[in-house]
This record gives sequence, C-alpha cells and structure tokens, in this order.
Amino acid sequence: MAEERATSTDTLLEYCLRLGDDRLILGHRLSEWCGHGPILEEDIALANIALDFLGQASHALEVAAAAEGAGRSADDLAFFREGVQFRNLLIVELPRGDFAFTIARQFLFDAFSVHLMDALQKSAEPRIAELAAKAVKEDRYHVRHSAEWMVKLGDGTDESHTRLQNAVNDLWRFTGEMFLADPVDDAAAAAGIAPAASTLKEKWDAVVNDVFARANITRPADEVFMRGGRTGKHTEHLGHLLAEMQIVARSHPGAEW
Amino acid sequence: MTDTPKGATGNGTDSQWPLWEVFVQPAQAAPYEHCGSVHAADAEGAMQNARDVYARRGEAIGIWVVPSSAIVASKPEDAGSFFDPADDKIYRHPQFYKIPRGLKGF
Repeated sequence: MAEERATSTDTLLEYCLRLGDDRLILGHRLSEWCGHGPILEEDIALANIALDFLGQASHALEVAAAAEGAGRSADDLAFFREGVQFRNLLIVELPRGDFAFTIARQFLFDAFSVHLMDALQKSAEPRIAELAAKAVKEDRYHVRHSAEWMVKLGDGTDESHTRLQNAVNDLWRFTGEMFLADPVDDAAAAAGIAPAASTLKEKWDAVVNDVFARANITRPADEVFMRGGRTGKHTEHLGHLLAEMQIVARSHPGAEW
Repeated sequence: MTDTPKGATGNGTDSQWPLWEVFVQPAQAAPYEHCGSVHAADAEGAMQNARDVYARRGEAIGIWVVPSSAIVASKPEDAGSFFDPADDKIYRHPQFYKIPRGLKGF
C-alpha cells in the first residue's frame, strides 16, 4: 500500500514537471523576443504568449512541488534545479533562431499543447484539470496566432517561404518526442491523470497537415526522432538558457520584488 | 487578400503594414469605443493584434477593427462652420429645461 502511494506520487510529480518544464522553457525562449519582435504589435503578442506559458508553468510546478512534499516551492523547482533535473521536450529548448523558426516551433508545439490541455480537462487529478481548463483557452489562441503566421510566411515571399520550410525541416526530428510514451506517461495514463500520448498524435497530424497545405509547406519524412528531454538528457542549449534564467534567483536567494 | 485595404497608409514610401482603427466594447450592451490603432497585413492579423495590444488585461468583451482608410473624418478647417454654431443655442441642451415638479425619479 505504501509502495503504491509512493508510485502514484512519483508519477504525479514527474508528469507535472514535464508539463511545467515544457512551458517554463518555451516561455523563456519566447521572452527573448521581448523588444526584438519584427513589429511592435507582434512583439507584444509574443510577450503575451510567453506570459501565458509562464503562468501555466507556475501552476504545474506548484502541483509538482505539492506532490513532492519536500517543502520546495514552484520557484525552487524553476530556479534551483540543474539541467539534468529538467524534464522538458528538446524542441522547446532550441535557440529561438529567426522569426520563421520561432513561429514554426510555436505552431508545432501549440498544435500539440491545445489537444493535450483539452484532454487534461478530464484529468482524474483535480489540480491538473483546473490548470487545463484555463490553459486550453490560452492555447486555442496560441495555435490560432501561430497557424496564421505559418500561412502568412509559408504563402508569402520566396524568402519567407524558404525560411519557414528550412525551420520546419530543422525542427521535424524534435517533434516525435511529444508522442513517444515512456513508463511515466503510461503510468499517468493508467491512473487517469493524463491521456495516452499516442492519442494526441492523430489530432496533431490533422492540424499540422491542414496548416502545412495552406502554407505550401512540405511535410518532412518521419526518419530519426530525437528524444531525451523527459529523462534529463538535454541538448547543449539548455545549460545556457538556465544560466540566464536562473542567475537572478540564485544570486539573490529569497529576494522579493 | 480581398480584405486588405488599399492605400490605407496613404504614403507609397511607408514600409508599415496598413493601419486599422480598433474599437472595443468594455461591457455587455455598452457602446464600442475607439481605443487606438494597429498595423496589420489583413483583417485576421488586425483582429489578433488588436486583441494582444488592447484586450490583454480584461478591458473588452468585443472588438471591431476597421481599415483606417474607411474612416471619413472632418477637417480642422471645418470646425468653424461645423461646431461653433452650437455654442449659443443653449436650448438644445436638456439642462435648459426645468423638470416639472410632479416628475419623480427622472
């Protein structure tokens, strides 16, 4: 009995770290555009979306911290873990690249996240269902925004089309990780905490194929997919991101402002 | 795009996208109020930019975007003939009239 409890606690903790870390790291990457957006309106839009992700991350990490029960806060988890302890997908930690790369990454993630959050509204864990009910509304706007840009860039000039197609080609091998289930995903699905990762694939494919068709983007072939983020095996890029994201909290522990 | 206003910026050397005027409805049954403008390449872009710039802090429950080129505006030189004649016609204001004593809750 005690062992069962420990297992379900570990599953909830791990699953919430994944939810939170994806959004924390992607939110941070998006925040790098603040003051550098192509036009003022888009700069504000990207900052809004970054803040939505930080809010979702904060909520997920609070649930994770409570599940862990070790007296750590969501901030402790965000700012005082090392790279190998982060559980985010590799796709969210890649450098922001040019605007086409940022839009392509957002779209590929948004099309996944909106269906994940939709399903998580029925999570057996009420704190996750609550998070998802709020997040799904934000995510519906995110995918509307990024899909619109996909079509504008892909169906725009030769230059914008080439940049977007290159971005999609470069990102494609990082998309498979969203749907590759491991024992944590299986346990979360079995406990009713989360949908089986594979059930999201069909919905994601439908959105991606529709938008690629409207954007004149060629869907790359499924060849080798990168994975590792869920178990702490990250690219070289995460460490640099964390150094910047965590330095203030680490230089001034417990500071409030 | 058929919904892209032509010549909205009015200046061939302007590298910006066309300008759109934004109106938001702050509450149910309240009138839409002009709150500013955004640049956007088309109507959907204008709607998204208006949402992100003017409605991100719960200020609105409805948004209109209108190509700025579709607005017909009075000119400053019209001000004399348009507005000054109203100055000395105080009987056009409801405050000019006394409310009858018998009328309650008006």
